[in-house]
Amino acid sequence: MSVNDKIVSDLVANNVNFVTTVPCKQLAGVIDAIEAQDSIYHIPANKEDEGMGLCAGAFMGGKRPAIIMQNTAIGVTINTLVTLTQYYRMPLPMLISYRGELGEPVACQVEMAVHTKALLAQLNIPTYHFHKPEDVEELDAILKHTFMCNKPVAILTDASFWQGY
Amino acid sequence: MNRSDILKDIAPIISNELVVCNIGLPSQELHLIDDQPSNFYMLGTMGLSSSIGLGLALAQDKKVISIDGDGSVLTNFGTLPTIANNVADNYILLVIDNGSYGSTGDQPTYAGKKTSITAVAKACGCENVVECQAEDTAQVLKDALAGNKMTIIVAKCESGNIKVPVITMDPVVIRARFMDAVQS
Repeated sequence: MSVNDKIVSDLVANNVNFVTTVPCKQLAGVIDAIEAQDSIYHIPANKEDEGMGLCAGAFMGGKRPAIIMQNTAIGVTINTLVTLTQYYRMPLPMLISYRGELGEPVACQVEMAVHTKALLAQLNIPTYHFHKPEDVEELDAILKHTFMCNKPVAILTDASFWQGY
Repeated sequence: MNRSDILKDIAPIISNELVVCNIGLPSQELHLIDDQPSNFYMLGTMGLSSSIGLGLALAQDKKVISIDGDGSVLTNFGTLPTIANNVADNYILLVIDNGSYGSTGDQPTYAGKKTSITAVAKACGCENVVECQAEDTAQVLKDALAGNKMTIIVAKCESGNIKVPVITMDPVVIRARFMDAVQS
């Protein structure tokens, strides 16, 4: 099973049925797989904080949401994570492409990569880092953990995990 | 009429509906006028009332009204194409357009100048956009609730605020009683 199919199958197995996405080159395959999955309502967002608002509403309506985005979005969403998702205690798995790590061709991406883990730590967001393809085996447990503790949880996925660009 | 006059007018119409209310004075005024468990008060995150309401409407069948402001829609303009392209016929977005950032001291917004939220919503692909004057808002909202079509209402009113206390309810309490109302 490809990594993309494994991710979608874990989302489905954990009843995640509302997914918002803002694209990244590295996430193109998993976004396609989400779009193709009938049991998931896929709603592309124009900005990641908007997507987190959609997820908050869907959660209160009984859905299990998730967001897929790039790590640059941490810079966009700090206020939303703190004053909406965390303040009202809502679960939100965040599958994040960790741009700016080894193999990155775009220098500017490194500028946000160096802040990514520090920002997540500052926000007390549980953070998992997928570096090798087999790390995806932890996703099922991470999703269960997220909906158990009602917190936003970050899953950083770097270029080595995706096997290049 | 200003925003609080509109909220007083529509309170009896929305008291049994699921309402997502914009941060700051709109939530504080609605809380003072007619607090209901079916009101979700935003205590933070300017701009996301429409997004939270749309997510809620897409997730379940009950009608949802997002009360928003022109300043907040300007903050989250990306919401309008998302609404247009993800039609939820149980969703009403009520933009109370007073042409100003009311909660921060009535600084003028661009919506009070050259920019028309109504025209932008239409250009984004929203199919059922109604602009009305403040005094007609209650009737327009009643009609929208009676119809089963996603509707964007832009209610034009004067700026100005009433003195209201802040909401001291715990956010988790707001969320829990709101979710109970969604389920009931």
